[in-house]
Amino acid sequence: MTIGTLTPGSVPARSGGLRWTLADGWTLTRRSLSHWVRDPGPLIASLAFNVLIVLMFTYLFGGQMRLPGGGDYHEFLMPGMFAMTMLFGISLTTAAVAADMERGVTDRFRSMPMASMSPLIGRAAADMLFALVTLVVMMLCGLAVGWRPGADAGRILAAAGLILLLRFALVWVGVYLGLAMKGKEAVAAVQTMEFPFGFLSCAFIAPSTMPGWLGAIAEWNPLSSTVTAARELLGNPGWGGDAWVVRNAMTMAVVWPVVLMLIFMPLAVAKYRSLRA
Amino acid sequence: MGDFAIVAKGLRKLYGGKPALDGLNLRVPQGTVRGLLGPNGAGKTTTVRILATLLRFDGGRAEVAGHDVATQAALVRRRIGLVGQNAAVDEVLSGRQNLVLFGRLFHLDGGRARRRADELLEQFGLDDTGSQPVRTYSGGMRRRLDLAASMILTPSVLFLDEPTVGLDPRGRNEVWEAVRSLVRAGTTVLLTTQYLEEADRLSDRISIADTGKVIAEGTPDELKSTIGGDRIDVVVRDPRDLPRAAAAVARVSGGEPTLDDDRRMLSVQVRGRVGTLAETIRTLDAAGLGVEDIALRRPTLDEVFLHLTGRRTQSADGAGGEEKAGKGGTGRKGAAGTGDGARTEQEVEA
Ligand SMILES: Nc1ncnc2c1ncn2[C@@H]1O[C@H](COP(=O)(O)OP(=O)(O)OP(=O)(O)O)[C@@H](O)[C@H]1O
Ligand SMILES: [Mg+2]
Repeated sequence: MTIGTLTPGSVPARSGGLRWTLADGWTLTRRSLSHWVRDPGPLIASLAFNVLIVLMFTYLFGGQMRLPGGGDYHEFLMPGMFAMTMLFGISLTTAAVAADMERGVTDRFRSMPMASMSPLIGRAAADMLFALVTLVVMMLCGLAVGWRPGADAGRILAAAGLILLLRFALVWVGVYLGLAMKGKEAVAAVQTMEFPFGFLSCAFIAPSTMPGWLGAIAEWNPLSSTVTAARELLGNPGWGGDAWVVRNAMTMAVVWPVVLMLIFMPLAVAKYRSLRA
Repeated sequence: MGDFAIVAKGLRKLYGGKPALDGLNLRVPQGTVRGLLGPNGAGKTTTVRILATLLRFDGGRAEVAGHDVATQAALVRRRIGLVGQNAAVDEVLSGRQNLVLFGRLFHLDGGRARRRADELLEQFGLDDTGSQPVRTYSGGMRRRLDLAASMILTPSVLFLDEPTVGLDPRGRNEVWEAVRSLVRAGTTVLLTTQYLEEADRLSDRISIADTGKVIAEGTPDELKSTIGGDRIDVVVRDPRDLPRAAAAVARVSGGEPTLDDDRRMLSVQVRGRVGTLAETIRTLDAAGLGVEDIALRRPTLDEVFLHLTGRRTQSADGAGGEEKAGKGGTGRKGAAGTGDGARTEQEVEA
């Protein structure tokens, strides 16, 4: 056995700068795309799970749900579901980051002359692509069960933009958790936490039907702002809350994700850097 | 420090105030293989991770391939390969996709990354399985892929952290063969291991680490004369024969056997290998002593430590105990005459 050589001098020396960060980030995004092609199981499972929840709430619980404003529950449900799937994305991000950490793949990246932040960029880009696919599938699923957006294309795109903005903020929550936690139990814990966070919002249920203090928490849940804003943009019925945070949902649907990003992006980057400590 | 590919001077690393490295020194000449041998917790992985720029350190200096590890990490990364304690490859992708991915991340363009991937797959004997997902690979194949990925840009220095842990003898041989061919290509290798035999077979020199320091260094031969050479173990059938067997073995070997009544075993250090073994067998036979098992083997790391530090390795209570049970219970030491007795310690581990 002899091993051919390839000297380092024959490839570009620079690994810093925006150009390499983007190039390496894109290489790693494509790695995730290859995963989807070679092993589509987990993604199909994730999509099927979301579709199942839509079916459950539409046909199983939907009959009993009465909105305070008297609107149609399907119409109410779907924007909530769109945001909910973004929340469920956290554990996908966490699982991917934690798997690379556990296998030593992250260490290999860190020992290579590649742009240092590119693994995080690649993760974020891949997860955003999948979020887009998920949103499209959810919208098609909604149309199939009778959801109708009462809005023009511009407003639909604006709603999609707000929903994906939330996902982008949550990517950094997921990255941070994946770097900070160890092992598969951590991923399961994140998955479990998604439910109380998701249900304690206006995604499925009107907060006005909850005990006062609980309703207030649900109203201030960042998810609720995105859901309320999406309902407004999509021309779907809301639940008629009149708290400040509900009346300013459109603003808060931008403010909350930005706040989350301002907290979790630096945390994730610092955590990644501190792997060297 | 031109002629040294790796220089570590007084390396210190603290974890929560406790030193993992406590003034570790290492100088590895270019183009040589250095074995870093030590028990669990000696600081092997910490040393490798510091030298591979994965970990900051709290004191001392380190240079790899002529660049300062602390201040010139990017330059160091272009010149090193790292094979960590577990195979750091993507399980979902195929072997080829892995190598192309890492090639792209070394900034080869697409065509070159693919050509290099094919070349390496062939050289590491993975061309047949290159398109299969890595999760279908055997342990040895994964390790070879891991090695191949570390060789995309021919590294000046390659770090191997316990590269054969968990592999069967065949997988181990595959990895050893791969390492040897890297060395022929001029790469300097730092190899950590808990197996004396592995260090012995692959290294030009061995450094023995304990509690964050290098406590002995030399060529395998030099070390063997200081830490004690090969050993012969004899298990007698009747425990009452043990003292007589010990006397006979002492005469042949010129050493002082240690006795283990529970296992009906005696163990002695020897100078000659196969010759002494044959003579021991003849002597025991002539004395009419019933022998159940006899084996020639390298000293275990535990014995080396006992010799160097006067105490057993920290892992000896747990893992060592199991090892004894394994050997005694299955009688795996039927390796007499093969001259390869040391493999028993690894078979038990595997
Ligand atoms: N992340 C960490 N946090 C705290 N202590 C650590 C950490 N990593 C290593 N240590 C401690 O540092 C010491 C050296 O560990 P290291 O992993 O370098 O040993 P090793 O020689 O590689 O052992 P092994 O043979 O088990 O791989 C040990 O006492 C270990 O407990
Ligand atoms: Mg280790």
